[in-house]
Amino acid sequence: MKNHISPAIRLTLILLVILSVVYPIVVAGIATLAAGGGKGETVTVNGKVVGYALIGQKFTEDRYFNSRPSAVDYNATGSAGSNKGPSNPDYLKTVQARIDTFLVHNPGVNKADIPAELVTASGSGLDPDLSPAAAKIQVARIAKNRNISVERLNQLVDEQTQGPLLGLLGPSTVNVLKLNVALDQLK
Amino acid sequence: MYGLTLLLAIPLGKYIANVFKPESANGPIERFIYRLAGLDSSRDMTWKENLIALLTINAVWLGFAFTLLLIQGSLPLNPDGNPSMTPDLAFNTAISFMVNCDLQHYSGESGLTYLTQLFVVNFLMFTSAATGIASLLLVVRSFLPKAVDTVGNFYVFFVKAITRILLPISFVVALLLAFSGTPASFDGKDSIVTMQGDTVGVSRGPAAGMIAIKHAGTNGGGWFGANSAHPFENPTYFTNVVEMVAQVLLPIAMLFALGFLINRRRFTWVVYSVMTIGMLCLLIPTLVTEFHGNPAIAQLGVIQPTGAMEGKEVRFGPLASAYWSIVTTIISTGSVNSMHDSSMALSGTMELLGMMTNAFYGGCGVGFLNYYYYLIIAVFISGLMVGRTPELFGRKVEAREIKIASIVALLSTLLVKGGTALAAWVYINYPNGAGVASDLVGKPSAWLNNPANHGFTEVLYEFTSANANNGSGFEGLGDNNFFWNYATGIVLILGRFIPIIGPVAIAGLLAQKKYVPESSGTLPTDTATFGLMTFAVILIITALSFFPALALGPLAEYFSLK
Repeated sequence: MKNHISPAIRLTLILLVILSVVYPIVVAGIATLAAGGGKGETVTVNGKVVGYALIGQKFTEDRYFNSRPSAVDYNATGSAGSNKGPSNPDYLKTVQARIDTFLVHNPGVNKADIPAELVTASGSGLDPDLSPAAAKIQVARIAKNRNISVERLNQLVDEQTQGPLLGLLGPSTVNVLKLNVALDQLK
Repeated sequence: MYGLTLLLAIPLGKYIANVFKPESANGPIERFIYRLAGLDSSRDMTWKENLIALLTINAVWLGFAFTLLLIQGSLPLNPDGNPSMTPDLAFNTAISFMVNCDLQHYSGESGLTYLTQLFVVNFLMFTSAATGIASLLLVVRSFLPKAVDTVGNFYVFFVKAITRILLPISFVVALLLAFSGTPASFDGKDSIVTMQGDTVGVSRGPAAGMIAIKHAGTNGGGWFGANSAHPFENPTYFTNVVEMVAQVLLPIAMLFALGFLINRRRFTWVVYSVMTIGMLCLLIPTLVTEFHGNPAIAQLGVIQPTGAMEGKEVRFGPLASAYWSIVTTIISTGSVNSMHDSSMALSGTMELLGMMTNAFYGGCGVGFLNYYYYLIIAVFISGLMVGRTPELFGRKVEAREIKIASIVALLSTLLVKGGTALAAWVYINYPNGAGVASDLVGKPSAWLNNPANHGFTEVLYEFTSANANNGSGFEGLGDNNFFWNYATGIVLILGRFIPIIGPVAIAGLLAQKKYVPESSGTLPTDTATFGLMTFAVILIITALSFFPALALGPLAEYFSLK
């Protein structure tokens, strides 16, 4: 035991220098070359930062494409899911309330067609994306609110849709923040 | 995704085997490290001495990590002004990262400083993974046809595991993440005004490097609270693939490395097949149930063509989330890209079973050690069945080895079910923490985030995860209090070191025994029949031990949802 204490402490100190000082500094150094310089990529409108591309934000107004429900209310100094189990009765009441609210704001939508992600909270509470279907189901509401044609808005969603990785892996997504920035710029 | 992992794992296994061959030389970096640490790299040690070395250095880390967490609030590199930890939380956190578990009873954004993220979490992620790899290498000589007293040098295995394997892999993964959008700079949190006019903060930090080793070393603790569901921690489907491959890579590669080192490829393939079949048995039901969505939500009239979405991210979808949830529980990563608490009931069962066996690939190095004691038991039982002396690679397996293997196998049942029973007892008898216990247990009636069977599963999951050194959680559980921090802390330590000490001791004892060349009288251990036998042993031990608990928790919920 005694023979091992001194090497253990010395080895720990050396590895601290390598793993906790050199390694993260080198990674941080190289990452300055990445988009956003390793600080997180921001989205700017007219020179003003309106958000981080990867961090979802709260969109609840009728004139914007709404983002998903969030367990942390899109406060990005924290992050969490709801952690509600599938059979929890209180949770199912919440989902029912979200369905009802959605139908009030989007008259004419068939309940069965509501994409599940619009009435369930994401894992991080900061989900930046929607599926194209979840964006398009909101088009009629926004068209009415902004007096823009449904076709133009559907086209906008298609333009903003990011296809699967290599064309085949994973779901198609639409970044809600970028979509709404583009929406504001439509004439 | 899985094919890519396998494609990388075989050559990596060969490379690892070359690194750890007894005759392979130390490079200048390793020699420099040995010299500064005052180590004699050429000295081989007995299994006992190696275990003492391993436990000593782990004790040093524990003391160091605990101290740093207690005073982090007054130390530098704390741009967000986060506070120091309470003693019980620091105790739990220090142990949790030392043992490669990474159960987190705090959220990274507010619970740690950049200093402790790097000097405690990031550091222990490397060293705990390297400890696991080194422990596996300590059993290698018991497979070789020569009786020996010494089993190698822990320090050499440990240092090389970091310099030759973990650091290079992490570095590559870190850069892939950083260039996909994961923050890597030391800037503190930012504040922005959103398009709707809300002012919100955005936490950041030098996270890319830590997230890389979190997967390469099967650690699993997140920089951010939501772990790999957080869009900074796992920005795209591409990074999801990278992180997924990174976490399965070493557990599989270590298995192949072992095969090359002991020169028994057939045996390796049998073990690999058993593990893979085990994984598929857990994976397929999970994929199906998640893809079908939540039946309770279907009853509300929503069709869910894209599957269950509660606790899941749109960019991954239910299939990649389901695949991850099984991978992360069968190997001991415990990182999550969806919230397991909101998984379907059947998926919850499979996640629990993955952690209960903990040997379908398993953690970095320690996965095979878990498999090793199943193997010893299988050799013993099948030896008895056909009336032959139980032997493993030309060495007799006798009472002492069997006793150790059985104790290790039974210990996990005791820790998981004992812990769950204790928590249930406190929950029922002290719902308001009244009287003596109020300081100790907080308010137990507020522990659970879900009622009925699902609430029970939250408790069972927490202890299973602690014992398996997994680190994922049904995170609805209110676990940052005296009771949970100490109870799981103790389970963590026992669940880590007993399954290392046991197999290393068995291997050390076997290695000393006379080698009897295998003959027609030997029961072959590299056949499909024997593989099946091992699978049956795993199934019986796990099913018999844990079925009652599973029936009370997720299985009951599953049938109530039908």
